[in-house]
Amino acid sequence: MAIELSWLPELPNWAESLESLHSVGDDAARWAKIVSLAGSKIDFIQSARLDRSAQKLLAGETLTTLGVKPLRVALLGSSTLKHLVSGIRVAGYRRKFWLEVLEGEYGMYLQDFLDRSSPLYKFKPNAVVIALDAHHVAEGDRANVHELIGNLRHCWAIAKQEFGCTVIQQTALPIFPLLMGSNEQRLAESPRERLRQFNMELRAAADQEGVHLLAVDDYVAGDGTNAWYDPALWHRSKQEIHPRVSQVYGDLLVRLIASDRGLSSKCLVLDLDNTLWGGVIGDDGLHGIALGQGSSLGEAFVAFQRYVLGLKRRGVILAVCSKNDEANALAPFEQHPEMVLRRGDIACFVANWEDKASNVRKIANALNIGLDSLVFVDDNPFERNLIRQELPQIAVPEISDDPSFYATALADAGYFEAVSITAEDRERNEQYQANAERELLRESTTDLTSYLQSLRMELIHHPFDKINLARVTQLINKTNQFNLTTRRYTEAEVQGVMKDPRAVTLQMRLLDKFGDNGIIAILIAKLDENQDAVIDTWLMSCRVLGRQVEEACLNVLAEQAMRLGARRLIGEYCPTAKNGMVCDLYPRLGFAAEGCKADGGVRFSLNLDSFAQLPVLLTIHEAMHAGI
Amino acid sequence: MQESEIYQRLTKIFHNVMDDDSIVLTPELTAPDVKEWDSFNHINLIVATEQAFKIKFQTAELESMKNVGHLVALIEKKVNKS
Repeated sequence: MAIELSWLPELPNWAESLESLHSVGDDAARWAKIVSLAGSKIDFIQSARLDRSAQKLLAGETLTTLGVKPLRVALLGSSTLKHLVSGIRVAGYRRKFWLEVLEGEYGMYLQDFLDRSSPLYKFKPNAVVIALDAHHVAEGDRANVHELIGNLRHCWAIAKQEFGCTVIQQTALPIFPLLMGSNEQRLAESPRERLRQFNMELRAAADQEGVHLLAVDDYVAGDGTNAWYDPALWHRSKQEIHPRVSQVYGDLLVRLIASDRGLSSKCLVLDLDNTLWGGVIGDDGLHGIALGQGSSLGEAFVAFQRYVLGLKRRGVILAVCSKNDEANALAPFEQHPEMVLRRGDIACFVANWEDKASNVRKIANALNIGLDSLVFVDDNPFERNLIRQELPQIAVPEISDDPSFYATALADAGYFEAVSITAEDRERNEQYQANAERELLRESTTDLTSYLQSLRMELIHHPFDKINLARVTQLINKTNQFNLTTRRYTEAEVQGVMKDPRAVTLQMRLLDKFGDNGIIAILIAKLDENQDAVIDTWLMSCRVLGRQVEEACLNVLAEQAMRLGARRLIGEYCPTAKNGMVCDLYPRLGFAAEGCKADGGVRFSLNLDSFAQLPVLLTIHEAMHAGI
Repeated sequence: MQESEIYQRLTKIFHNVMDDDSIVLTPELTAPDVKEWDSFNHINLIVATEQAFKIKFQTAELESMKNVGHLVALIEKKVNKS
């Protein structure tokens, strides 16, 4: 991790832009400007200034009008944390979040959790961050690491139970000087050794409890402890994290909150010439480009490709956007022996001479994902600036002129921050490829019925379960288009619904002759006092549209609701900027309109007594066991 | 580096840290004279000054620091030594 926001572009006239915030008349324009100022490379003083202006200019009702929903973050610890608040809020603006930060009283984190009348309980946090300083962890009578971790487990459990919120635990900074040296582990009472023990046991405990770590110890390992911690500052003001890195700390923290809400980037769009290999394939030819053993430059590109392949294997979708003749662009993927990435690793490959902004739009359409989930990597500053200007939703990191540091830039920027890894993440690219094959078959089959029959589809359903909890939560938080109500839930809230005896929860997996499409639909319905089953959540992956999955889902839901004793199904459509595609879903499935709600939503009902299962070309069955 | 240049650069730092462009630095100026100059901003001021002039103050120096004139003298000594 760099101790500055090195991946963000510098904004010329930053100070003037900040000044002009005060003279912008329109709140929406002002908010957009705050977001863009926060998205530039700033130091901790600039970060504090921006935050002061933002807090002064926008608040309360203005935010509601702008559609910006505040998130409440409680920052609890054992030493001074006030200097971290502005960096956290600015990292929020960078992601279009408005964060309200509650600072715990100095050293009072335990009391905050145990006393139900504490400000923490009134605050009702969406996320709790526990940041213990190293002195607290390793000195005095707190020598017993197990006991401290036991206390923390207790705090985590309270946070999950009482607030159903995201819990983030900071690891301890390894600040103490060594007493022995390289073999410090042989001195059990060494404070440095205790910190190591604490961080190690914390990892195991956090994994068991579903708590996310803010691993400052890992980041410090890259920068050196001196970059993050100054003992003189500790003695003067009990600031453990150096104010100079506060904006970096804020970004590391907020990317975790974003990731937990399913808002990390999903797709990496790569340039080719001088990004994946050295030189220009069209000019230098297959044997002229720098790639692989033999030159340090060639090795640097191989190393970057390995990093990219690692991202792909954990679920990041890869795309190529190159100004080249397609045949030239493809040649290294198909013929160069040193290429690490192969054509099959790339879900969408676009090489032509059109401008990159149009091509990137094309890629987002083809993959059916939002522009705001793309990251664009290009060695050419002209192309980077073009994309930033034309498509400001897209993340465009500044990268070094030396390919040896491309991977570092991507890692530092943290666009793909992930808090869990599911089996589906690992198979994502295969699913996208299979989808491309299905598209080809569709083109060759003109009759829809025979096409659907030829797919031999199987829909398997099961209530939510612990095994798929992470995936279900991920889908609930990131599905925007086919989503009737767009209600977001944390993992803890989903667990709450699972325990509700008056709720139906359904996860659906779709198989066909090309393979497994994974979990593609999520439904939650709750029985109300009139014995109506109200569909709280219905969302689906857009990849399976037009395959009668909607009808099949309704068949399953109707059956389950009747089993619970429901007389009617009630569906709601809550319009957002992105879910227009499902505005007529309920009428299309035979629901009758019930009228509009005050918030702009529309209600529909379906009488279950007279409901007949809709005809579909899928076989439907219930999974025999959890973890379908 | 001349004293006048140090004053010029330090003024900019004060303005940015306190978010107040009306502050005028004089050798006699102390924290109670400036509304925004609280203990929190004081830390930021010191860190920003260290960063801008590429110097490091010692704990004892900071403890005995009385006013802006004293701060400027410290900066001058350190900058011209390196």
